[in-house]
Amino acid sequence: MAELTTASDRRRLVALLSPAYLWLLVAVFLPLSAMLFFSFLTDLPQDTPDWGFTLGNYARFLTNPTYGTLLWKSVTLGLTVTLACIVIGYPCALVLARAIKGRVRETLFLLVILPFWSNSLVRIFSWAIVLRGNGVLERFLELFVPFDLRLNLMFTTTAVVIGLVHSYLPYVILTSYLALQAIDDDIIEAARSMGASRVTILRRLLLPLSMPGLMAGAVLVFVPVVGSFMEPRILGGRMGTYYGTVIEDQFVAVYNWPLGAALSFILLAVVLLILALASPVLRKANT
Amino acid sequence: MKTSLLAHAGRVWLALILIFLYAPILVMAAMSLNASPFYQLPFKFSTEWYEQMAGNEQIITAAIRSIFIACVTTVIATALGTCASVALFRYDFKGKRLLQILLFPPIAIPWLITGTAMLIFFFFIGIGRGTPAVIAGHVALALPYVIVTVTARLSSFDIALEEAARSLGADAWTVLRRVTIPWIAPGIVAGGLFAFAVSFDQFVVSYFLSEPGDSTLPVMIYTAIRKGFTPEINAISTIIITLSMGIMFLATRKARFGGEH
Repeated sequence: MAELTTASDRRRLVALLSPAYLWLLVAVFLPLSAMLFFSFLTDLPQDTPDWGFTLGNYARFLTNPTYGTLLWKSVTLGLTVTLACIVIGYPCALVLARAIKGRVRETLFLLVILPFWSNSLVRIFSWAIVLRGNGVLERFLELFVPFDLRLNLMFTTTAVVIGLVHSYLPYVILTSYLALQAIDDDIIEAARSMGASRVTILRRLLLPLSMPGLMAGAVLVFVPVVGSFMEPRILGGRMGTYYGTVIEDQFVAVYNWPLGAALSFILLAVVLLILALASPVLRKANT
Repeated sequence: MKTSLLAHAGRVWLALILIFLYAPILVMAAMSLNASPFYQLPFKFSTEWYEQMAGNEQIITAAIRSIFIACVTTVIATALGTCASVALFRYDFKGKRLLQILLFPPIAIPWLITGTAMLIFFFFIGIGRGTPAVIAGHVALALPYVIVTVTARLSSFDIALEEAARSLGADAWTVLRRVTIPWIAPGIVAGGLFAFAVSFDQFVVSYFLSEPGDSTLPVMIYTAIRKGFTPEINAISTIIITLSMGIMFLATRKARFGGEH
């Protein structure tokens, strides 16, 4: 790696970096700042000439308990989905990383990760087909029970959780797998030769050593789930009102952009707080 | 005995997860070939929904727009991202760490927040909604993926190769064109495929930035689902998911994300 010694080096550096970062500035960082600014306005400057500054949008969040309740509902949804992803995904990562070897492992790993890169909207839609009343799932389960089955899963919170776990499970498997796979086999062998049981090895070695990876996965699941709106809309029906859907409404149905901006910004604050709380563990995951 | 039992349980668990991940997608694909519009069983084979889809002008226009936007996004994001990666890899300078950290907000902040923020800002500066706004947003979301992928490939690049070429009389441009770029080409291709997938699959940001009636394919599907499902949506969804999984399969082959080999 070269130190910047000459002026031409410096010019080249700026020329190489500035297009990408200017783009990010205009399309991400300025918009986020603009959103903060707009959240303090009474009206949109492009709509009315007599707009002014106000704290009213934030006051509405504090005085109307609906917003707080919905934010809490979204946080609870985030925790539920994250926990489910950990319980389902960590053992899977464990099997992949420690019990399977070679090309089979590589193929299985790819199979687990692949759906994550496909269209999330389409995958949620596919669950709507599976879960709908008298749909494929109920018909399939009826093969095993002698009576008519009515699960009525569609348009419930359970349906939303299933869809979201399906969407975000690969994150937890990916990060846990990478952490577990990096653990030196010799450590495990040493513990075993000294008489450690499988449970002890898991509890005292594998789990602590892979904790940063597991935490990284948990954060990667929790953050987008708190801000989800499309999944609850499609799978939740009337049960599907969450903090994210309220923000969506402000922008596409109610057209109260300043309120939407304030609600978005509160969500951003919650997300940043969680990222900050998790950052000591995440930093360990990086190294 | 105990060992094999545990190993078996682990494999069964893995198999169940794969079923969980793929079953709904396969059901959707099967239902797109089922004659009944209400997904009634027993299954009766029919390509009717694909024919209807092919004749649905709204779907075709949205598909063409989505592919166009994804292609433009891929070209811009790959070009800008590769340049930035080369700079980040090659030079040591103050603020480099900050620039690397700045790549995370577009990935880590929920798209709902980024998307609504872009909508507000683009209206404020006069771009408004529409295809240029969607492309601006998609490129921003794709850039970090390109930079991370190309940088990962660059980290295996031996800088001595460049020095060798230079000492043999090659100028900076020749070194870049004949030594550096051929080496990082697989990373650039993988980054480009990621960029295409990010754009083609993107729903949230497109949803807020699309002009109504002038939307991308995922936005059109969302609107259609909320009005009530039709099997045509099923057919186009099956095509989309096959396409994007195929692209990602290629990208992961190129980028080699599976750990050691």
